Amino acid sequence: MVESGDRRYGPAPLPQPRGPVSAALHDALTSAPHDLPADLASEFDGVDPIDDEDLQLTLFLCYELHYRGWRGVDDRWEWQPSLIALRSRAEAVFEAAVRVLAGPQPPLLDGRMASALAAVVAADDGPALSAYLQRRATHEQFREFVMHRSIYHLREADPHSWALPRLGGPAKAALVEIQVDEYGGGRLDRMHAELFRVTLERLGLDTGYGAYLDAVPAVTLAGNNLMSLFGLHRRLRGALLGHLAAYEMTSSLPNRRYGRGLRRLGLDEAATRFYDEHVEADAVHEQIAAHDMCGGLVRVEPHLAADVLFGASAALALDRLFAAWTLNSWQAGRSSLRPHGPGAPITLHVDELHRATGSETASLMTGLAC
Amino acid sequence: MTSTITPYEDGPLIVRGDFELRTPDGTSIAPGRATIALCRCGKSAINPFCDGTHKMINFRAGADRDTPKPR
Repeated sequence: MVESGDRRYGPAPLPQPRGPVSAALHDALTSAPHDLPADLASEFDGVDPIDDEDLQLTLFLCYELHYRGWRGVDDRWEWQPSLIALRSRAEAVFEAAVRVLAGPQPPLLDGRMASALAAVVAADDGPALSAYLQRRATHEQFREFVMHRSIYHLREADPHSWALPRLGGPAKAALVEIQVDEYGGGRLDRMHAELFRVTLERLGLDTGYGAYLDAVPAVTLAGNNLMSLFGLHRRLRGALLGHLAAYEMTSSLPNRRYGRGLRRLGLDEAATRFYDEHVEADAVHEQIAAHDMCGGLVRVEPHLAADVLFGASAALALDRLFAAWTLNSWQAGRSSLRPHGPGAPITLHVDELHRATGSETASLMTGLAC
Repeated sequence: MTSTITPYEDGPLIVRGDFELRTPDGTSIAPGRATIALCRCGKSAINPFCDGTHKMINFRAGADRDTPKPR
């Protein structure tokens, strides 16, 4: 039973605003649903949406209403038309930028979806954050990594569950097979989100849902917002499944490294269980995701093949930006989190992040074979 | 049929259904989940389960019965 004041499962308190739009939305959400100013979204004209703190937080504020809601915020805001209109404007800018970042998709040969997904994954050449965490990260850096990831892992699998009512047939069966495992087969103590909570505890971190929202930068919010964007639009169901497949197909080996990194730092089996579980679980899931789920989808809806590959590429592209951001911050001797307290946003532009995927981080790309 | 074993291309054997995994002396190996992946490349660090290592070693195997090439 959830006790009054239990922060584990949400709703989280509203995070601090990061610019004019999120400030206006934040203020509005604290009162009964009403129309937002119509021109609010014009602030987003010309911004670089993926690393724009104001835009990413605005999207997150809108999307969270569909998950656990916000503490003290009227649930009727979820479908307030002017909020949806603002969200749509922000989404359009965001989606366009993600499509540019993801780049053109390879052709699907003979309907071989699993092979095409494997090619997308194999072409991923981002900086090796997992190798760094395994071999070199300090205790504090590992804690930072976990704080970033807590935004997703405490609701792990939820965004992809949006696909369930939108599918039928083999793709649905495959998604259910994966999600059942993500949710611990219905056993609370085996749910991946709960395993992650133990890791947070062992690292002495706050286990509250959304506890680190104020600390994580736009690039972390963007990765989460991407899943919500795909999850909340039926037209993007192919991208949502492609996103899940990319996550599953790039999970086993990095999670083994995360577990080793924590053991190197002296953490116990309870702390590493989340990562150890993912090594084994995702070795199963990646087969189901690529062959049965995405393959099953495009056999029924072949026109969605490009969307599946876009979703996979987008997932990997945003993960690369996150890895570059984090490694760049640590290389420069600073935190990858936002400064605590209001104001003082970190600004690092996407072009800097792109550069970081090159030679600067080459020295960090060690220990790939382990 | 109470269980199925499916070879996935270039990957593990996926086992579904009502099965029990045992050591040769009959001791049960906890599967940990309803659907499991058994290593087929021989290089997993968590045998008998797959840990994704097959991708690192460029393991290749079909998803059907191999037919020996005629000599």
